[in-house]
Amino acid sequence: MRVFAPPSMSLRFVPVWRRNLLVWRKLAIPSILGNLADPMIYVFGLGYGLGSMLPEVGGVPYIAFLAAGMVCSSTMNSATFEAMYSAFSRMHVQRTWDAIMNTPVDLDDVVLAELAWAASKSVLSGVAILAVVWLLGLSNSVLSLWVLALVPLIGLTFGALALAVTALASSYDFFMYYFTLIITPMSLLCGVFFPVEQLPAAFQAIAAFLPLTHAIAIARPLLLGHIPSDAVLHVLVLLAYAAAGFYAATMLFRRRLLK
Amino acid sequence: MAVLAAHNLRKSYGGEDVVAGVSFGIQAGECFGLLGPNGAGKTTTLRLCLGLIDPDGGSVELMQRPVPGEARPARARVGVVPQMDNLDPDFTVSENLLVYGRYFGLSERVIRERIPQLLEFAGLAARAESRIQTLSGGMKRRLTLARALINDPDLIFMDEPTTGLDPQARHLIWERLKQLLAQGKTIVLTTHFMEEAERLCARLAIMDRGRFITEGSPRELIVRHIEPHVIEVHGDGVMNWADREAATLALRLEKSGDTVFCYAADPAPLLASLSLRQELRYLHRPADLEDVFLKLTGRELRD
Repeated sequence: MRVFAPPSMSLRFVPVWRRNLLVWRKLAIPSILGNLADPMIYVFGLGYGLGSMLPEVGGVPYIAFLAAGMVCSSTMNSATFEAMYSAFSRMHVQRTWDAIMNTPVDLDDVVLAELAWAASKSVLSGVAILAVVWLLGLSNSVLSLWVLALVPLIGLTFGALALAVTALASSYDFFMYYFTLIITPMSLLCGVFFPVEQLPAAFQAIAAFLPLTHAIAIARPLLLGHIPSDAVLHVLVLLAYAAAGFYAATMLFRRRLLK
Repeated sequence: MAVLAAHNLRKSYGGEDVVAGVSFGIQAGECFGLLGPNGAGKTTTLRLCLGLIDPDGGSVELMQRPVPGEARPARARVGVVPQMDNLDPDFTVSENLLVYGRYFGLSERVIRERIPQLLEFAGLAARAESRIQTLSGGMKRRLTLARALINDPDLIFMDEPTTGLDPQARHLIWERLKQLLAQGKTIVLTTHFMEEAERLCARLAIMDRGRFITEGSPRELIVRHIEPHVIEVHGDGVMNWADREAATLALRLEKSGDTVFCYAADPAPLLASLSLRQELRYLHRPADLEDVFLKLTGRELRD
């Protein structure tokens, strides 16, 4: 059975990625504004509102602490949203994938294209927040430029995980489980809004396994001008989640669509 | 030259044989019809031929390449008009063709050259910049046909191409399919419209419960399976008449609802009997493919 074969990777995914880009270009302005609005409300609301009541966190103003969390979590949300709701629309509702698979492009190419597209869209979100962080002067270290390389990796990781969920979804409602059970807890456990060290030991142990923790463990020191410790380990964890998610997604989509 | 050949093709789902040992060959330039009630296994057969699913047994050669092993290069020479419209709703008419051409690895220049010709062929030249939502059902179907031609295929699979269309739209599609055949294209068509199969297909197979139950030209199938005359009778007392008189005058009778179908080689005695029964109304016509289809697959509903 072909289900368990490793994903076949080739540049045939590019025309599918370009298809999604062409759709996005028609809606680019509202899409960018939408991507920015939500995290900005958090940055200003929590950063200035809550921040004004807090002493410094880890030696920096709260809003500067929050910046890394917002870059990582908006990248995560954007990739997740695209790989779930939008990919599901294309696969199940519009039957766009069916049309594509009648050409020399096959399912593995489509899945790779969806992953690449989810990551691309999340880069727009992540970089948009990063630009605001720079404009507000919340980070002025040259090291923060490295976050530009981190953001695509975060997008790939969460895009791949979300695609595996999409492969199992029977309707849009299914995605609420993933948001409620995985994404929201991750936002609260992984150091977006407060240091992981503030949590009870058991939660800290859980957080250590979650990919968002590792993304923030790289992004936060970089934005604050330090070299992250154990950066290689954190990158490897993210890569492992991305690879496992992509392989699971490919297998699950094959099981669903090639029978 | 065979453009498609299937040998003892089998596929089952959950222990049920959806395609249960199907063999056929299709020569370049012919129009082959695959007829069958809903759930007969037509669409699954097409998906097997395209290499979209793996067979449980048997083999397929598409454009002389083994499928699914070499499905990718084989599909580069094939066009598909699927049963359900899956045009890109976010794009205009010409963008749909452009984006689809890219999936075949065609250069931008080649695609842009072909788009005006295809729009002309599909009668959509004036709608190049229209959004998909503004098209009628017939226009969408023609655009789907144009999309299937973007790679200038040798073989076109059409899965129920005129289902849901009004007669005008249907006739226009038939017209275009004849043009494609005249250009030397090969067409494999699934349908449950007998008229469509009779008009277009030189050869057809009737499929039921995963098997081909008969195969031949429309004329051959009618001669082989059915009496040449059909008299459809209805009206008060028709069942009584059928049992007492028609049963001895017709070669075969079929009752469906309040209508009796009398099949006969010589219709004269039946017509004479009917002329004495003013309360019965009847239609005398030559036997057609639909009679063959209903005889072989039964009159009960399929879902």
